[in-house]
Amino acid sequence: MTEAIFGPVGRLVVEVVEGMGNFTLLIRSSFQWFFRARVEWRQTLIQMLFIGLESLPVTAMTTFFTGMVLALQSGASSKYFFNEPLFVGTVVAFSMVMELSPVMTALVVSGRAGAAIAAELGTMKVTEQVDALYTLGTDPVRYLVIPRVLAFLMVLPFLSVVSDFTGIFGGWVVAHAKLGIPTTVYWHDIVDNMEPRHFFHGFLKNYVFAFVIAFICCYKGITTSGGAQGVGRATTNAVVYSMVAVLVMDYFVTAVLVALGIP
Amino acid sequence: MIIAESVKKSFGHRSVLRGASLKVETGETLVIIGGSGTGKSTFIKTVIGLVKPDSGSIKVDGQDLTRIKTEEGLAAYRRNFGYLFQEGALFDSLRVWENVVFGLRYLTDTPFSQYRKIATDKLALVGLKDVEDLMPSELSGGMKKRVALARAIAAEPSYILYDEPTTGLDPIMSDVINDLIMDLQKQLKVTSIVVSHDMKSAYKIASRIAMIYEGKFIEVGTPEQIKTTSNPYVRQFVEGLSQGPIKMKIKEFEA
Repeated sequence: MTEAIFGPVGRLVVEVVEGMGNFTLLIRSSFQWFFRARVEWRQTLIQMLFIGLESLPVTAMTTFFTGMVLALQSGASSKYFFNEPLFVGTVVAFSMVMELSPVMTALVVSGRAGAAIAAELGTMKVTEQVDALYTLGTDPVRYLVIPRVLAFLMVLPFLSVVSDFTGIFGGWVVAHAKLGIPTTVYWHDIVDNMEPRHFFHGFLKNYVFAFVIAFICCYKGITTSGGAQGVGRATTNAVVYSMVAVLVMDYFVTAVLVALGIP
Repeated sequence: MIIAESVKKSFGHRSVLRGASLKVETGETLVIIGGSGTGKSTFIKTVIGLVKPDSGSIKVDGQDLTRIKTEEGLAAYRRNFGYLFQEGALFDSLRVWENVVFGLRYLTDTPFSQYRKIATDKLALVGLKDVEDLMPSELSGGMKKRVALARAIAAEPSYILYDEPTTGLDPIMSDVINDLIMDLQKQLKVTSIVVSHDMKSAYKIASRIAMIYEGKFIEVGTPEQIKTTSNPYVRQFVEGLSQGPIKMKIKEFEA
């Protein structure tokens, strides 16, 4: 009876603690390899192109429509309260730059590139290609993980900055075409109120998100077991865990940045 | 020379190696035979350091694997070996020639300018020509095994470990791979450990055959000695009989 109740709970606790320990060891090992051996720049470049260029259209389109929705919502709300659309540019720009661009970009990239990475590494694991790396004188952390982590760290901020522009541009399209706000007004709403620190608030978040997504997806990939079903499970888990981690980390990073006076 | 003494390895509650001891002489081809799940592959993965033994020792030319503590030390130890994986384990994203020379960058100081030529030479050694620029997905099962073999010998190791090299191949291709293993043995003068349950292949290529059962080596001998053994377990296995001391049930749920 006791075994039936506490057995599964105990096993789950052991599994979670073991998983967290192994995840931490992967991060430690990555730092060690980063400082100890040459970086695989060719692999890093391939991953940058894959994560960056191929994700660009999706992230741009997502944030373009997000900017449009923001303009529409804020315009409609201020019309309801003040009889005219006020500060639409400010609302769109602040929301996009500080919050929505980094978060939306991270979510889209983890769904697209993160899933692909977990599936690729998972397949490599179950077909013994990861073991083959050991037998050929290198290490999966050095050859597979570090290039992907570096690629995420370099590319996600870039994608997010592009998303800032596409979001603000999407907002302008609605503000101009639907709400009848002149371009100069929309633009002044942004530049008059926004400071570099607002930009950095959003920009710095990207590095945390990149770190979290890259390590979760790589970890899930290289610890895959159980054939095709295992690869499917690892991919799903990688996407779900990295998306949840992005949203959770977003709060804590925002809290730290606000505390540091970078609101 | 490889000397394994009382090697034990468990995965969770499942004990796979239960004190495996084996001596592999320099220059010989030793074939490890045994049923599925008896620890054949685990044993050679332990020898190359892909699986860490729970206890026991493995000495390769006097160097004890179990005493190596650093990743660099382990990488240097693995330089002694070429490893042919059961399914080849070729890197899907790289072309055939890039697969073949993959290890050179990490294992040797060979300049990059020579990689292509080395790949062509090693592929010729395993009987392949004009496949350098193909992707692994474009190869047949037999060709994949050959490319994987070319990759295993590219850095000129002293030991080659073969994990079921003929599994999944038709009988003719299996025999071609057997000939290839014997050819490489003659040309490269390497020491080989071959894991197999294909007795025809074992009799053909082996200098000696070792039978593993329930995680321990129960008999080691020349192919002739194995053929005429009085050990009932080995006899049952080499003759492929369902009746005997090794119990394999027709229905797994039978008592």
